[in-house]
Amino acid sequence: MSALWARLQRWTMWPMLWKEFLQLRRDRLTFALMTGLPAIQLVLFGYAIQTDVRRLPTVVVDESRTSESRALVQVLQNTDNFRVITRVPDRTAARRWIERGAARVALVIPPDYQRNIRSGQTGVAQLLIDAADPQSSGAAIAGAQLAAQARGAQLLAQRYQLRAPVEIRVRPWYNPAQKSATFIVPGIVGILLTITMTLITSTAIVRERERGTLEQLIVTPIGKSSLMLGKLVPFVLVGYVQMSVILLLGVVFFGIPVRGSLVLLYALALVFIVASLGVGLLISTVARSQAQAMQLSFFFMLPNILLSGYIFPRAAMPEPAQWLGLALPLTFFLDILRGVLLKGVGVRDLLVQLGALCVLAGTLFTVSVRRFSKTLD
Amino acid sequence: MSPAPVVRTHALHKRFGDLVAVHALDLEIRRGEVFGLLGPNGSGKTTTIRMLCGLVLPTSGTAEVAGFDITTQAEQVRRRIGYMSQRYGLYDELTVAENLRFYASVYGLVGRTREARLAEHVALLGLGERLTQRAGTLSGGWKQRLALACATAHHPDLVFLDEPTAGVDPAARRTFWQTIYDLAGSGTTVLVTTHYMDEAERCQRLAFLSRGHLIGLGTPAEVVQQFGAQTVEEVFVMLQQRDEPGLHAEAGS
Repeated sequence: MSALWARLQRWTMWPMLWKEFLQLRRDRLTFALMTGLPAIQLVLFGYAIQTDVRRLPTVVVDESRTSESRALVQVLQNTDNFRVITRVPDRTAARRWIERGAARVALVIPPDYQRNIRSGQTGVAQLLIDAADPQSSGAAIAGAQLAAQARGAQLLAQRYQLRAPVEIRVRPWYNPAQKSATFIVPGIVGILLTITMTLITSTAIVRERERGTLEQLIVTPIGKSSLMLGKLVPFVLVGYVQMSVILLLGVVFFGIPVRGSLVLLYALALVFIVASLGVGLLISTVARSQAQAMQLSFFFMLPNILLSGYIFPRAAMPEPAQWLGLALPLTFFLDILRGVLLKGVGVRDLLVQLGALCVLAGTLFTVSVRRFSKTLD
Repeated sequence: MSPAPVVRTHALHKRFGDLVAVHALDLEIRRGEVFGLLGPNGSGKTTTIRMLCGLVLPTSGTAEVAGFDITTQAEQVRRRIGYMSQRYGLYDELTVAENLRFYASVYGLVGRTREARLAEHVALLGLGERLTQRAGTLSGGWKQRLALACATAHHPDLVFLDEPTAGVDPAARRTFWQTIYDLAGSGTTVLVTTHYMDEAERCQRLAFLSRGHLIGLGTPAEVVQQFGAQTVEEVFVMLQQRDEPGLHAEAGS
């Protein structure tokens, strides 16, 4: 027992760990990346980037000035897609508002609107939309069409004393308020872990080589496994701390639900971390300078942000892009994050993702550890 | 009977592609010696040291360091040597004390033994007043002293110093050499490469390398005699002119 203790005490991984943490704390750039990036990601992607379009600035040309026309404006406003900023006298004025960019939408209600409705004909109103950005206009168009149908059905029912024959009751599960933060913030955990494991890890290893300390370490009896463990384990811990902070902030500030088991999430995260560390280690064997390691890491980040389903839905991508996404560990980890947090699913529903992650982690880590070992000879 | 040599190489060979960096090197270094390895740039000094430290594998031939084979018993060799590279291998973000503690721990020193050893080295090298300073902010001379302390805290049988005094002022060089003699006096063998001829003359024995070949061996006086020269510097210039004639024609004009 005491012999084991003595060996454990002399294990050369301890001084490596200790030294690595001191460096992490004292190197300004690394420290800024570790603490600043999570903050920036959270503010940028949590608050600023909203893919759900709400409250488009709208001007109203109400030539009808009747109770029906006012009801229509109210119905549209109730969809929350439109925010009436002002009323303008005619179409020319409305066009100018849109051209200036001060308004995105103009609602034009002609003088005969109420008369047509009351006389059993169709009351026609016009919605002009600045559709240069298809993402935001698409939501507005769909919203307007739904609102018109609903209003129409309501009027019909009133006129003929009927009940609506068909109704679809939509229940948006998992994210009932349809907030993009609920979708994006869990993804930030994945993006951050990717950054820490690739960018920060690879630059830290390359720095040792650049400064000649790696050579110095090889001459000591430290051993390859201690060297590698001592170098990698601190980043795993940093990654877990970052993950916890983001989850905590997500719950407190963005109301992210935690419906599944956190233990499961943290356990599955380890597989993802190992896969990402593999990428970081691989980059460190290719890059000759810290600058190169950074460039390569950013080069790797780009497909992760674009193809993994972090922001853009994978289902909307052309097939080749979807296949490429399958090569990224993040794609599967995002499913796990959203599955556990938002849907509360257990490991049985994530077996496919877990399997894929294990394959990726196994391959990446084995290849990179081999390559890295060679650089130590 | 003389004690077993600390370093013994036999037909040691290192080739990088077409370039023969070290050719059939036979060398013996005795325990407690201050041994100088000299030669112009590219003569194979650094490659020789790197082979003896286990940083590169020889292409052929054998070498024993501290009684262990460098290819098959690298682990045992590493425990018994210290290495101070041209780049010092210090962590800039760590303080003097932290650098020392780190390297001592990596060599398996723990607890009271380690603290005692560190205190001893701090006193020996006069690092006491700098203990809490970051290594990155030290001047060249102090860095060099710290690097030496880091390389010798585990009391190695043999310490390799690869151009340890490059870029260090003369006063710092003088104190550094005093430390080298102290080390040798306490039984540590010192293998040093240098460009400074006054330093070469301070070594007990010298080996001259030229284009990977060992071409002169002995005490400074013996080497000077072998080449029919007056000083070690003259020998060095002769060799350099032979190896790199273009370079020196220019420098001489």
